[in-house]
Formats: sequence, C-alpha cells, structure tokens
Amino acid sequence: MDTKKRTPFFRIPAVQTLIASLLCILLGLIVGYIALLLINPTGAWGAITSIVKNFWNYPNLNQQLRYLGNTLVKTAPLLMCSLSVLFAYKVGLFNIGAAGQYVAGAGAALYCALSLHLPWYVCMIAAAVAGALLGCISGLLKAYRNVNEVISCIMLNWIGLYTVNSILSSVKDPTSPYTLGLANTNPGAIMPSLGINKLFTNNRYTTLAIPLAILIAVLVWLVLSKTRLGYELKATGMNKNAAKYAGMREKYNIILTMGIAGALAGLGAAMFYLSGYEQWSVTQSSVPAMGFNGIAAAFLGGLHPIGTIFSSFFIQQITDGGGYVDMTMYSSDISDFISSLIIYLCGFVLFFRQFMNSRLNRRDELKLKGGDR
Amino acid sequence: MENQYAIEMLNITKRFPGIIANDNITLQLRKGEIHALLGENGAGKSTLMSVLFGLYQPEEGTIKKDGKVVSIKNPNDATALGIGMVHQHFKLVECFTVLDNIILGVEPTKGGFLQKDEARKKVLALSERYGLQIDPDAKIEDITVGMQQRTEILKMLYRDNEILIFDEPTAVLTPQEIDELMQIMRNLAAEGKSILFISHKLAEIMAVADRCSVLRKGKYIGTVDTKDTTVEALSAMMVGRDVNFHVEKADKTPGDVVLKVEGMTVASKVHKNNAVKNVSFEVRAGEIVCIAGIDGNGQTETVYGLTGLEPLVSGKITLCGKDITRAPIRERSLTGMSHIPEDRHKHGLVLDYTLEDNIVLQRYFEPEFTRHGLLQRKNIRAYAERLIEDYDIRSGQGPVTTARSMSGGNQQKAIVAREIDKAPQLLVAVQPTRGLDVGAIENIHKQIVAQRDAGKAVLLVSLEMDEVMDVSDRILVMYEGEIVGELDPKATTAEEMGLYMAGAKRKEM
Ligand SMILES: Nc1ncnc2c1ncn2[C@@H]1O[C@H](COP(=O)(O)OP(=O)(O)OP(=O)(O)O)[C@@H](O)[C@H]1O
Ligand SMILES: [Mg+2]
Repeated sequence: MDTKKRTPFFRIPAVQTLIASLLCILLGLIVGYIALLLINPTGAWGAITSIVKNFWNYPNLNQQLRYLGNTLVKTAPLLMCSLSVLFAYKVGLFNIGAAGQYVAGAGAALYCALSLHLPWYVCMIAAAVAGALLGCISGLLKAYRNVNEVISCIMLNWIGLYTVNSILSSVKDPTSPYTLGLANTNPGAIMPSLGINKLFTNNRYTTLAIPLAILIAVLVWLVLSKTRLGYELKATGMNKNAAKYAGMREKYNIILTMGIAGALAGLGAAMFYLSGYEQWSVTQSSVPAMGFNGIAAAFLGGLHPIGTIFSSFFIQQITDGGGYVDMTMYSSDISDFISSLIIYLCGFVLFFRQFMNSRLNRRDELKLKGGDR
Repeated sequence: MENQYAIEMLNITKRFPGIIANDNITLQLRKGEIHALLGENGAGKSTLMSVLFGLYQPEEGTIKKDGKVVSIKNPNDATALGIGMVHQHFKLVECFTVLDNIILGVEPTKGGFLQKDEARKKVLALSERYGLQIDPDAKIEDITVGMQQRTEILKMLYRDNEILIFDEPTAVLTPQEIDELMQIMRNLAAEGKSILFISHKLAEIMAVADRCSVLRKGKYIGTVDTKDTTVEALSAMMVGRDVNFHVEKADKTPGDVVLKVEGMTVASKVHKNNAVKNVSFEVRAGEIVCIAGIDGNGQTETVYGLTGLEPLVSGKITLCGKDITRAPIRERSLTGMSHIPEDRHKHGLVLDYTLEDNIVLQRYFEPEFTRHGLLQRKNIRAYAERLIEDYDIRSGQGPVTTARSMSGGNQQKAIVAREIDKAPQLLVAVQPTRGLDVGAIENIHKQIVAQRDAGKAVLLVSLEMDEVMDVSDRILVMYEGEIVGELDPKATTAEEMGLYMAGAKRKEM
C-alpha cells in the first residue's frame, strides 16, 4: 500500500478547522437572527446585517477606515488574551484567569503611566510583569498544591479586580469614576503610532499595538512548534509524569507556562489602555469581558496562534457591530446579547470537526462497500 | 447440525493510515473453548479484537454470532450481544472505586436513584464464585494492577457476557496471579463461556488454550490445536523463523563499581512503613545484576529512589564515583543513567507526541537536536529513522506516527531503543520485555547482553523467572523491602530462588 499517499483535502486539519469555524459563525448568525426575529420581526434583518457590517455601516471610505481602526484597537488586546488562553491550553492548563491577568496588566500600566509618569515601554513591561505574577500564583498553587487552576484563576480574577480598583483610585479623575486621561497627564505613556494612524484616517488610537499583537501571535506559534521550550512545555502538559521522568522540571514548567500566559494577557491590557481609547472605571464591579472573549477567540481560531488573529478580529467585529443595532426597535442590551450568542456558538469548533470526520469516515466506508477497490 | 461457533469473524479487513492492520482475517471461536491469538507485536491482534468489540469498523468482512450476521457499531452493541473485553491497557476510571467502575454504564437504578446495595451483592457473589478477590470500596489509583485486572474481569462478568476477550491479560501480572487467572479462565470455559485470549507467552497458551490462531503482519497464518503442537512450532509459525529461547552469554569478569547504593530507604506511597528498608548493593561494569522478587516487595520503589522519581528517606547513591543522592533526574541521566520504566504509559511515553518526538525524549536538549533553542527537525528525523530501523519498531507512518496509535509491544520497543541507544554507563531496566513477542524478546536480551559485554553496568528488575535466570550474572532477591539473598544464577535453582522470594529463607548479608 502507498504510504506516502496525500491526505485528502477535507482531512487536512487546517482545512477542517477553517470549515468548522466558518460553520460556527454561520450557525451563530442564524441563531442570532432567529432571536432577533422572535423579539421584533420587522427590524431583524437590518439588525443582523448591521452587526456583521460594523464599520461598513458608514457610507464613506474615510469613516469606514476610521471605525475599522477603532475595532482593531480592541482587537489587539483580544488577540493577546486569546493567545494567553491558547498558550496555557497547549500545555494542558485552562487559563480562565486571562481576564484577571488582563486587569492586573491594566492596573500596572495605568499606575505607572499616571502616578509614576513613566514612558509607554516601561508601562508595558510593568503590565506584562503584573499579569505574569498573577498567572504564576495559579501556577504555583497548581504545581505544589495541586489546586485546580480554574478555581484559583476565578478567585484571582476578583481579587485582581478589586485590588486594581483601589490602587487606581489614587489616579482617578476627581469629577468622574474614570482614571485621568493619558493625553493630558502623561502623553509619553501613549504608545507611538509610527504612522499607522495615517492608514485609518488619522484615528489617533491606532498605534504600534496592532502590528505588535500580530507579531506576538507569530512568535507564540514559533515558540510552541519549533523550539525546545515549546517541546518541553507541551510534553509537560500532555503527560507530566513522563516529563518528570525525562528530567524536565515539570513543576517549574507549569509555573512558567502560567507566567507566560499571564504576561500575554497583561500586555494585552497595556496595548489597550496605553492607546488612550478608554479609561479605567474604578467603580466597575465586573471583570472586563476581554479575557473571557479570549477563550472563545482561541477556540474559534482552532487553537492555532495564526487562526486566532482572524477569530479575534471577527469576534471584535461583531461585538462592536452590536452597537449599530437600531435601538428604537430593540432594547439597549440587545447588542451584547446577540454578540455573546454568536461568541458562545463559536466554542463548537471542535464539535464540528469531530462531526465532519465521522461523516467522512462513513462516506469512505460506503465507497469501499460499493466495491471500487 | 447445530452451529458449533459462538463467534465467526469472516474476511475482516481493517486499514489504518499507512498500514493494513487486518488483511482478510477469518477467525472462528467455538462455544466453550479457549482460543488463543498469537502474533508478533503489531500483527493486528488488538485491532481484530477491537473490531469484535465495536471500537473499530472494519472496511470489509462480516461478523456472525451463533451463525447469524450481526452488526457491531459500538461497544454498546457488543455488550448487548454478550461480548466483553479486557483491554491491553486497562480502561478504568482512576478516581472511582472498584464497585463504581464495575457498574459504570449499567448502574441499577430505581426512580433515578442508584441502587448500589444490589450491585454490591451481585459483585461480591461473582467475586466469590470465581475467586476474583477485590475490595469493592478501594479506589483504582490505590490498588495493584492485579486487582485492577480482576476489576476488569468482574466488569465483564457483571454484564453477563458469554464471549470474553482478554487482550494480553498476563503481561502485567505476577507468576502467581497468572496461575490464578489461568484457573479462572478454565472455570469460565467449563461453564460454557467462550474465551479469546491474547498472549505472547507460549507456555501459557499451551497450558490453557484449546486452539491457537496465528497472525503475522496483518495476515492470517493458520489455526492449530494446542495438543498437536509445540512451543517451537508455534513461534516459528508466528515469526517466520526459528527463535532461540536461550540467551547466549560468554563469561566475563566484572570491572569497577559503577553504581553503589548504601543504606537506601524509600517511603511507601500506599502504607506508612518504608517500602525499601536500608538496602545496600553494588553494580559493576560489565555485569548484569537482577533484582528478583514477588511484585510489591519494594522493587518499584527501589528503582524510583535510584532514578530520582521519589526522594530517599536516607542513604547514599554513588554513580560513576559521583554522589547523586540528591541530584535531579536530568543530572542522573547526564551522569550516565538510563531507565526503562515499569509503566510505559505513565512514565515512558508522551502518548500524543509522535514516535520521533518520543525517541528524543531523553536527548532533545543535546546540541545535535537543539541549536539556539530551536529544535533541529532534520536531525531528529534522521535519528528516529535509524532507531526504527535498528530496533524494528513497526508502526503505520514511521517517525510521524502518534505513539498512542502504536501497538503496545512497539511502544515498548521504542522506549527500549531510546534508553539503550543513549549509551549509558548504567542501564536500569524494569521489565524491559513486558508485552514483547518472542522474537523481540530475543533481540532485546541480545542488546542488554551487548551492553554488558561493552563494559556497561546493567540493573535488571524482572518478575519473570526465566528472564532472571537466563540474563543475569548475579541475582538479588527482595522481600518486604529488604535484600534477603544474593544468588548466582549458575549455582541456584528456581526452587531455591522461590524460597527466598517467599521469605522462607534468608542469608545474613
Ligand atoms: N488507532 C490506530 N490508528 C492508527 N494505527 C493503528 C491504530 N491502532 C493500531 N494501529 C496500527 O495497526 C497495527 C496493528 O496494531 P495492533 O495494536 O492491533 O497490534 P497487536 O498485534 O495488538 O500488537 P502488540 O502485541 O504489540 O500489542 C500497528 O502497526 C499499529 O501501529
Ligand atoms: Mg496489542
């Protein structure tokens, strides 16, 4: 039998993932549409199209580009969060704490910027370190006390949120619950644009963060697939007894993984808050959705770093697109409702892949029974 | 005439990527017989049984039960037809109790509530009847492999199966447990149950089976009555050549001390006492020292202590003149220790890695395989290809096969190849031939002797009497965590060794 036979097109993992992801998106949109129909049939089609169109809702190119820029500003941190989730997942850990590590990163970046008046790159490093520290706590607990990382991460999410709220209260704008604006307090803490804003009709929030996030995605891919570190970490994730047997420091590897994952999420927060797009509200009582959406983006991207670049963009696209739904026909929460519905269905990628494989198997079986040998 | 076959598998073909695991195989199981299935590692035995149990769908062929064609799409169908299977690698839920594992999937319920008392009664009755001793409330992770296996058997009996498949049940058992299992199988057959039995141990097949079918490289070779055949004939039929059962070994005077263990004490994971108590011994260059004993007398923990998987309570270990008592595992490995572990799935392999990635598991960090932090894929591939060739590791797709999809024996060969090829000063081999076919055993024994002849030290831990007697230069017998005797294989008998192993005799050391 020919051992070098090419894998059939539909059996290539990348193709399968892509198809499965697209199926999920389609399913999400259909279910979203049905929900809109049930609430108010007349506006449903308009609502679903404006969610998908997002920046295309604007009539002229300049405006479209400007608003595309806004979406990209938020895509960068989302991509970082999904890389954080993905990195841990490849090492067999479920980093639901990306949300908390993101919060820690935001706190560190803004504190360094607004209170210590440090330049942007120092703020970024601080954010990465803060995220990493939070991640390491979960890693330490897992490695030495076998505490499930999901539990410790969820608790740390809240601990992180309230700690950051109280720390950032010191740099709060006296007249609002938000932190001081970067542009007035410390312009040096805003990430440089490097001319990227020119591409987006001078959208001043589009900065270095966007290409940097993509670059980091490629780096994560390289580390996981081509390096000794990736080999060790994945081995630890798949079988920690074998890793120990082979002389890898399996405890250290678990902590390191959570540290790296935390640093990625923390960096993501710096990319967002150091763009000046939004300030931190010190009275917020829920963990920002960014980290949780990162989980969906990671799965929708087929758990591949390059795939997550696209999935992150898509998820941010519909999240923002939700803002264009006609509020005279639907309540103001509808945008969140529909986009979370779609995001939720994005988690079904693995399921679709399995389904596809079993269909292919059955088809092959039938073919063989048909007697063409 | 009444149909005499309980199960007929007719012209079964099952393909995997790159390999035809079963090529037009026909197997007929008579009612009430014990039918052995014999074949080299990777011959397709487990695959054929998995087809019968509904885990794989064959591309071609039909299965008949009591003369009627049946369709077995999944294990539930198999269970409904009264077919049960004990897998080569057990499938038990580690954190569940024995009882929970037995009733899993067929829990008796009343109004949605579990009725465990009933189940317990039935399980205890079965265990009594067939002499399958178990503790229904012990967790799987805490019990011995022997008891895990009895749990698997009870699982089949609890479901009132009449066709019983045993996939290499004896590979993980002690000789005593094997005798018990043979008796149990005979009892089951006498009650009219039909048994399919896979084993690489020809003596077992001769002792317990009525007939034996042989597979080679996915093809059916033939079926013989065991009373009309011999061990030699069977092995020739299976390997396609004559197998030398005796290990050729020239005399050799051992050289310098390579491993020195002084007063080693290791704690036990299961009970409060120490598993290894104040043990001292030496292994010299150019000698094979074997630790013999009944399973559970501290051999496992001795190896854990030596290799660094468990810390010592007290004692000192010197390897090649270097104190490695507290050294991390990597340092021990770099000082010259290789370790073929007892449990290939727990320690030996990363099952979801490819074969080539598993082959460099102990060496991936060496300059040949990693440069500037980057894996040197080309070198890894070339190295893996060489070992696959030298050690005859068979798989569907060569270096890129996932270890999980390889046959049990070939997984073992991959580990042995990796550890021997590391060119160690000391080779610690625990049950190195577990699950291997007779041809492969011959090869591995040759390799171990070659290590010794090249002046390396070998510490062999084995439960097989034959292996102990044939391969070793010196035997240390362990009993209850202590070394109770040192024997010369040329001057002792299996009977004498048995006395030491049972604790009936001990030498002042
Ligand atoms: N799930 C699978 N995917 C791909 N290949 C497989 C799979 N299962 C088995 N194979 C291949 O099919 C062949 C037969 O394997 P099988 O496990 O049936 O061997 P075996 O006779 O049981 O050997 P052993 O004595 O070593 O257990 C092997 O070459 C193996 O690599
Ligand atoms: Mg097998």
